[in-house]
Amino acid sequence: MIRSIVVVLVAGALFGAGLAVSGMADPQRVRGFLDLFGAWDPTLAFVMGGALIPMAIAWRIQTRMAAPMAAERFALPTHRDLDPRLIGGAALFGIGWGVAGLCPGPAIADLAIAPAPAAIFIVAMLGGMMLHRLLPATPSKQGAAP
Amino acid sequence: MGNLLANAMPIQGLIGGLMIGTASAIMLLGVGRIAGVSGLAARAVGITAEGAPRALAIAFVIGLPLGAALVAMILGPVEARFEQGVIALVIGGLLVGFGTRLGSGCTSGHGVCGMSRLSARSLVATAAFMVTGFATVAAMNAMGLGQ
Repeated sequence: MIRSIVVVLVAGALFGAGLAVSGMADPQRVRGFLDLFGAWDPTLAFVMGGALIPMAIAWRIQTRMAAPMAAERFALPTHRDLDPRLIGGAALFGIGWGVAGLCPGPAIADLAIAPAPAAIFIVAMLGGMMLHRLLPATPSKQGAAP
Repeated sequence: MGNLLANAMPIQGLIGGLMIGTASAIMLLGVGRIAGVSGLAARAVGITAEGAPRALAIAFVIGLPLGAALVAMILGPVEARFEQGVIALVIGGLLVGFGTRLGSGCTSGHGVCGMSRLSARSLVATAAFMVTGFATVAAMNAMGLGQ
């Protein structure tokens, strides 16, 4: 367990460092990417492109592994259905992303860069997550909003 | 092309992106899990009982600001322009929190991990949050709420 905790801590730190290096810790740069019809800043596309390369390789390696290196088994998503919750949830997330210029990773990394505004966003984000818990267990209809 | 990249940081973006992708690969091949930040954050604070062991989720969430702090120490100040007001932070945060739980992921889980796996769910989710993200910024600019 200690070994896997160290592995994950290193992964988290590398992820946070990557966000800082790439400019994604800066909400205005993220909003610049989302400003497609204005002063568009394509940096986020380079970040996404760069991130997809190691992961595409990792998925190919993963298919040949019986188990991960520092844990007993793979625990990966198996859902296949394109339900209203998936699409509605992603759509709502995108609105929040556009309003604040922040998604969860950069917001948490920004606790080290701009603690006060990052903390305000994170408290609200955790509040939103708790609101979701109030939904019924199989809220197939709520997902259709908005 | 020069004009398009006038405000962009393509090299830093690519390098940082490779770091983010490598970190996600370490999660996948090291502990067999998706580096989905929204899910790990929810697990770390105990909002959900599903997903990674809580100790792992906490370790990842602590690692994020640690890595950003290391970059600031080694390479100098990291730019983070928070020009939006408190109201935008709160509304944005609520929507991001609710939406990522309902939609089972965010930019990292769906965008990086799922798209690289060619998951149909993640491709659809990423398209959805990109479209509403573009539309939201365009609408805010049209209403004079742009920053």
